[in-house]
Amino acid sequence: MTNRILMRSTAAMLALGLVAAACGGDDDDDSAAEDTAADEVADTAAEEPADDTTAEETADTEADDSAEDTAPPETEAAEPEEDLDYPECAVDEVDGDLFIYNWAEYIQPKELKAFGEEYGVNVTMDAYDSNEAMQPIITAGNSGYDLIVPSDYMVSILRSAESLMPLNQDAIPNAANLLPEFADPEYDPGNTYSMPYQWGTTGLAVDTEVLGDDFELSWGIVFDPAFADQFSGQITLLNDPRETMGAALKYLGYSLNTTSEEELAEATDLVSQTRGNLAAFDTDQADELLVTGETAIAHGYSGDMFVQFQEADDPSRYKYFVPEEGGAVYVDTIAIPFDAPHPCTAHTFINWLLTAEHGAALSNWNYYATPNEAALPLLDAPLVEFLTDETTVVGGQESLEQFLDTGEFEINYSDAFIQAKG
Amino acid sequence: MLVTITERDHLEEEGSVVTPEFEKAAERAESRRGFFLALPAYAYLIVFFALPLAIVFVYSFATRNRFGGTDLSGWNLEAYRKLGEPIVRNIILRSVWLALLNTAICLALGYPFAYYLATRRPLVRNVLIILVMIPFWANFLVRNYAWRVLLGKDGFVSNVFEFVGLGSREYLFTSTAVMIGLVYGFLPFMVLPLYASVERIDDSYLEASRDLYASGWQTFRKVLLPLSMPGVVAGSILVFVPSLGAYVTPEILGGAKTTLLGSYIVTQFLTARNWPVGASLSFVLMAVMGAALIVYFRKGGRNL
Amino acid sequence: MRGTLKGSKGTRAILSVNALLIFAFLYAPIILLVAFSFSDNRNVGQWGGFTFDWYREFGENDALQDALWVSVKVAVWSTLISVVLGTLSALALERFSFRGKKVFDGLLYLPIIIPDVTMAVMMLLFFSEGLEIINNFFGWQWTKGFQTITISHVAFNISFVSVVVRARLEGMDQIHEEAAMDLYASRWRTFRYVTLPQIAPGVAGGALLAITISLDDVVVTQFSAGPGSTTLPVYVFGLIRRGVTPLINATSVIMLAISIALILISLLLQQSGGFRLRGRRSEPEST
Repeated sequence: MTNRILMRSTAAMLALGLVAAACGGDDDDDSAAEDTAADEVADTAAEEPADDTTAEETADTEADDSAEDTAPPETEAAEPEEDLDYPECAVDEVDGDLFIYNWAEYIQPKELKAFGEEYGVNVTMDAYDSNEAMQPIITAGNSGYDLIVPSDYMVSILRSAESLMPLNQDAIPNAANLLPEFADPEYDPGNTYSMPYQWGTTGLAVDTEVLGDDFELSWGIVFDPAFADQFSGQITLLNDPRETMGAALKYLGYSLNTTSEEELAEATDLVSQTRGNLAAFDTDQADELLVTGETAIAHGYSGDMFVQFQEADDPSRYKYFVPEEGGAVYVDTIAIPFDAPHPCTAHTFINWLLTAEHGAALSNWNYYATPNEAALPLLDAPLVEFLTDETTVVGGQESLEQFLDTGEFEINYSDAFIQAKG
Repeated sequence: MLVTITERDHLEEEGSVVTPEFEKAAERAESRRGFFLALPAYAYLIVFFALPLAIVFVYSFATRNRFGGTDLSGWNLEAYRKLGEPIVRNIILRSVWLALLNTAICLALGYPFAYYLATRRPLVRNVLIILVMIPFWANFLVRNYAWRVLLGKDGFVSNVFEFVGLGSREYLFTSTAVMIGLVYGFLPFMVLPLYASVERIDDSYLEASRDLYASGWQTFRKVLLPLSMPGVVAGSILVFVPSLGAYVTPEILGGAKTTLLGSYIVTQFLTARNWPVGASLSFVLMAVMGAALIVYFRKGGRNL
Repeated sequence: MRGTLKGSKGTRAILSVNALLIFAFLYAPIILLVAFSFSDNRNVGQWGGFTFDWYREFGENDALQDALWVSVKVAVWSTLISVVLGTLSALALERFSFRGKKVFDGLLYLPIIIPDVTMAVMMLLFFSEGLEIINNFFGWQWTKGFQTITISHVAFNISFVSVVVRARLEGMDQIHEEAAMDLYASRWRTFRYVTLPQIAPGVAGGALLAITISLDDVVVTQFSAGPGSTTLPVYVFGLIRRGVTPLINATSVIMLAISIALILISLLLQQSGGFRLRGRRSEPEST
């Protein structure tokens, strides 16, 4: 009796599975199974010349392929606007209401209303809590959203999943307002599929009342037992494989985009040893735990920390810095899903956001750093102070690295992180 | 209850005889009735559950391509092979242990509680059971964060311990905190079925037991418990199974310092974008759970 | 159970104390939650003076209110549907035997044992592909939204309701039903006036459970939702990223108030109408 139920249920599932697979086979020909068709194409496109797996090289090989006709028009191209299927939108053109999928509280509702009034459309914004939760929803198709706000590394992932619509650069003339360093990023050359939205760094935030003023501005305060043991149970690291493994890699003197298994193994051991001193791996509340006194050292994002410090009774008590060994700089971007129902309105919004006025309004509200040069003069004073403080990045700008998608190696990072956590 | 006395009387009045063929027809009619009763839910679940599940089942045989997408063109068991790795085994063991402990505690606390509720006056009973559910209509995340505050450095729990003279204890980010959070989150799943089952029990059985000089404990063990076993089984399932996949509470109250099954599956689907492994692990988990359920049912005396 | 058998004094004391402690345990975080919704400090846990500011902020936050409203709608609809389907399946499984019964039984347990995220992913794929096919075929522009969320919620709630109702049905004597039918009651009348009141606590329990699960669900909802159809827990989940402020507390308190109100209304309806959800005997009500 026991076996029969199990067998019958499994048989039923298998039967359905086979049916689905049979139908799934047909779908490969349509665009219905975006995922699968796209990935197979991306596979063939990328497989041809090089066999290296680092992201930069992948981007290069895909660029080489753009000339060949194995790839459909939407694939990444080295020369933008040639093979790309971007929408024919004029500047300020509007083709319906706007649906934005963004991080919670990343843009002021008032601003959205202002855009809506200026262009006569309804603006609706929904929120997601992580890039990883947003990506499958977009890639699966029919999400209904016109705009998303992916982080830099997620742009690479979305591009490889053919989930982004190429931008019509002519419809976004205000892109000229961007600071030069944001005009041609590695994760999206030429800003073909995305525009920078806000940026920041990842580093350490410290309660100087607990630590005092005399400590090394290094990752060692977390990873070096000689120091960290004193603060056992008062340290948090980010609950993010790339960020935390990245911090360990930087401390060890490696690149946080490494594809070397030995280097990653070293980092894994380091994090594993540090685990005993940690209160928690926490991404969302790290800043709050610090400010409420639960912890004394918090690994976190510059924007989060800055906001939290401002709200505290005594902001000067806390210090944020990127340790001398270096750290990560991240850029959040704004992009358009491949099947956005109202692409022209989306383009208009991006263009509108890149004006000096609205770029500044954005940063002044969420207190993150702006990539918009024209907006700089309009920023609030405390924000300007925070951003221009050169002592924040101890090792200098050169020590900062951006996260790049490591292609096949990427999964090693998440596996390593799980291993480190035990 | 195939042919009621009434129907039989009617038929005999009309002069027909209740033949074996007739009995069979009645059986079939009854069976049809049952089928139609079940049909709406059955159909619904086939379309909106089994079918989507089949899609994911197919994915478990696919490969993760280098960009994290899923390549359906090649069938393989790679995803299932990965489950043999020691790290996965550790995660599973840890999660099973946690879930078992959670179930045991919920049962230990929940049974007396359900009994207490079931033995109140009817009006009081209903009010109380609703009072039990009310906390669970507050947002799940907020409840967890409230525990964080309660268990934190300067939290209520810590203050109570200090007051009582046991010294300040910090429970946040320990496994105790995780246990507290889990029990808190799953108690009603245990209490509700238990309550429904215990409430149904006829007093006369218990009274009879007492009349025959059985002690309270004996009455419990030999009469009450067996009669309420369906509730115990139902409650245990409703607690054990979801706790296996619980990850939010362990992360918030435990500090994400150990990886549990639920968290691992989420990571595979979202962060690692390794859908085949996420799918394979889910299916293996479900298959094992299914088998365990069947075994458990037989022990609980239910016919399957 | 009539409540006559409560045990010896000692047992009664233990039971009462246990119940009291458990109620305290259940409500401790709730009290904290409510208390800090009035705290004038951005960080929950640090008291900062009494204020209604957070409730005011809720009043001004359209997105939050919309999310709350969607949550309630989804909870009500999905509970109604799943209670009906769940009770029917419980009855079918406990009282009848039919072809495919075993498969159905097994199928009913799958939603309970499936991990949240797996169900979320599979519903995402199902809806996305399904909508694509439908839209291409009919030329429509359907997207995911309130309806797809409700469909997903019903899919898992049927099982929970059925489990609770079955626990109630199990081993339940059919004597009363047979007596009713012997007295010439039709099957429907028997069900309505004999069976239903008997299983009522189970059905009510299942409904309560379904509402709770629906109101709390995050991952499945997130992946089944469409533009403009965020539910409260999903919204809160997103907000957590930016910090747990008393605004979330205030929202939860409001949500709690609404839930309690809904239950009170349904209780009052019972009292006035003929639909009594009491024990299985018509006891002299001390209402």
